[in-house]
Amino acid sequence: MWNRIYALFVARNLEFMRDRSALAWSVLLPVLIIFVFAYAFTEENPEKFKVGLISASAPAGPAARFAETRYIRFIEFDDAAGNLHKVERHQVDLLFDPGSGRYWINQTSPGGYIVEKLLVAAYADSGETLQRILVEGDEIRYVDWVIPGVIAMNIMWGALFGIGYVIVRYRKFGVLKRLSATPVTAVEFLCAQILSRLWLLVVVNVVIFIGMDLFVDFRMHGSYFNLLLVFTLGCINLICCGLVVAARISSEEVANGVLNLFSWPMMFLSGVWFSLEGAHPWMQKFALLLPLTHVTDAAREVMIDGAGIIQISDHLLVLGISSLILLFIGARIFQWE
Amino acid sequence: MPTSKLGKVVLPTQPVYTLPSLVEITMSVILQVSNLVKRFGSLTAVNDVSFEIRQGSCFGLLGPNGAGKTTTIEMMEGIKAPDAGEILYRGAALSQQFRNEAGIMFQTTALQEFITVREIMVQFSRFYPDTASIDELADRYALHDFLNQDTRKLSGGQKQRLLLAMALINNPRILFLDEPTTGLDPQSRRNLWKQVQQVKQQGATILLTTHYMEEAYELCDEIAIMDHGRIIAHDAPDALLAAHFDDVVVQLHAADIPREIGEREFQAIYRNDNAHIVTGDVNRTIEHLLHLDIPLDRLRIRARDLEDLFLELTGKELRA
Repeated sequence: MWNRIYALFVARNLEFMRDRSALAWSVLLPVLIIFVFAYAFTEENPEKFKVGLISASAPAGPAARFAETRYIRFIEFDDAAGNLHKVERHQVDLLFDPGSGRYWINQTSPGGYIVEKLLVAAYADSGETLQRILVEGDEIRYVDWVIPGVIAMNIMWGALFGIGYVIVRYRKFGVLKRLSATPVTAVEFLCAQILSRLWLLVVVNVVIFIGMDLFVDFRMHGSYFNLLLVFTLGCINLICCGLVVAARISSEEVANGVLNLFSWPMMFLSGVWFSLEGAHPWMQKFALLLPLTHVTDAAREVMIDGAGIIQISDHLLVLGISSLILLFIGARIFQWE
Repeated sequence: MPTSKLGKVVLPTQPVYTLPSLVEITMSVILQVSNLVKRFGSLTAVNDVSFEIRQGSCFGLLGPNGAGKTTTIEMMEGIKAPDAGEILYRGAALSQQFRNEAGIMFQTTALQEFITVREIMVQFSRFYPDTASIDELADRYALHDFLNQDTRKLSGGQKQRLLLAMALINNPRILFLDEPTTGLDPQSRRNLWKQVQQVKQQGATILLTTHYMEEAYELCDEIAIMDHGRIIAHDAPDALLAAHFDDVVVQLHAADIPREIGEREFQAIYRNDNAHIVTGDVNRTIEHLLHLDIPLDRLRIRARDLEDLFLELTGKELRA
């Protein structure tokens, strides 16, 4: 059994390594994305602003005027203390308590800078005073916040399309049929594909991580082992998603559609680029069903907060259990032809 | 006894018939197919097919495109599940032992890309417990010239030789060849025949599907002719011909004998630019042709072949 898995593993690796365009694409694209977004979000202002309002005190006077400002999304929170980390992590640009006139701001937040100007302007002739409080702890820039998500997203593309397309192509052109005429079993074939894609994804993303560390200064407070564990489990989970998609399809066009159906919602609803803070509750609940949400959140907790295994165990558990379920489904419905 | 190879001008004096030898009769059955049925929606592709393949023999499934031979062979290979019927390999249902002992060459096979011929051979050799030496296979099937070449860059003949070598990597006891020479030029086809004959000489049992009658006649000890999913004739090639024909074909170029004359005077059949006159009395037929001033420069006399047999049995041509 292991000999057969090893043979398929080696063959798939050779195929991938020698397909230079695919290899270059899978390495260059995420690097380009990182640089583009690192530049875009540290140098320029995002277009949307979010302000957290402590709802215990209803806005009145200048606070009410500020709360009517267009193009700012106001999100109600129960208290300030439990939500300061959202300012720290750029999930909201500013946290404002209308009752006390206090507001919390992250000095490195470009959105926070703009929103603060608007807040101060609203209070200018009112005679009421504002109290400015900078968030305590290390500053977290957007690039610190976005990098874990971008790496997770890169894993998602590599896993879903890397495994899905290959299997569908193998099926379409009869490679799977030829393999089915050998003693190789479906489980052996799938294991070899998972292992091959897994190590390639892990190595590629480790290289990207190291490369980014050299060129972009970003925050990494947690254990590298924990981060590797998160990304490895994320790879396995997303590869298994790809397996389920590719289990029966024999048309690349159909596979492309289904893989996009999986990937694009994850891209926008997993909090890779922007926080879902303030989004409709059903959307936030739906996001928890997406594996990329757990990979991104767990990676952020490790990299930004220095979280340990215990703190991220809920994400790991979700990823681990769903991987097993997906693998089981994939193996059950897999067809050689 | 004269041998009536297809395509040669041979005048048989007696019906050609080869009795199976005692050794052949006592050969054990390696693969047994009973009442096999396969349906695709409302189409019954294989309809109650039964036969046995003797160990060490070459068994040919002959039929036109769509006759059901590939579906039949794929069920025997374990690739497709039959809707009804039974397939026994050495007396038992198909199992891992069958997978280890069967060599399979599909009609069309894509190989993994960016892999060299040697690497794909190494990969396949790791699938089996008992394997042939890659270098020996490369010698035997002339793979050395392109052993380190990407599989995408092989010619049709090179690819067929590689696929045959891959099918033999596990020293198979039974070898399935599904239209192995389709698309090959005549020289490559004959080379492949030689290689298949070598495999047979080494003791392997061969199941071959083809729509080339010459190929079936050249390689097979026994043939089954399929049409519309059923076996319509089954025996040794010469025995089938002997059982159905005691006449010969006088063949003229269609341009030499006007169709109305050919059909009226000789009940000639026109196909492939030729007029085929079936006759039991060659001298009388030639006399009649001379009497009608038909030019005989391009006249050929040949024994009836499997294509004639198929035409006789089904009313259509094998390569249709």
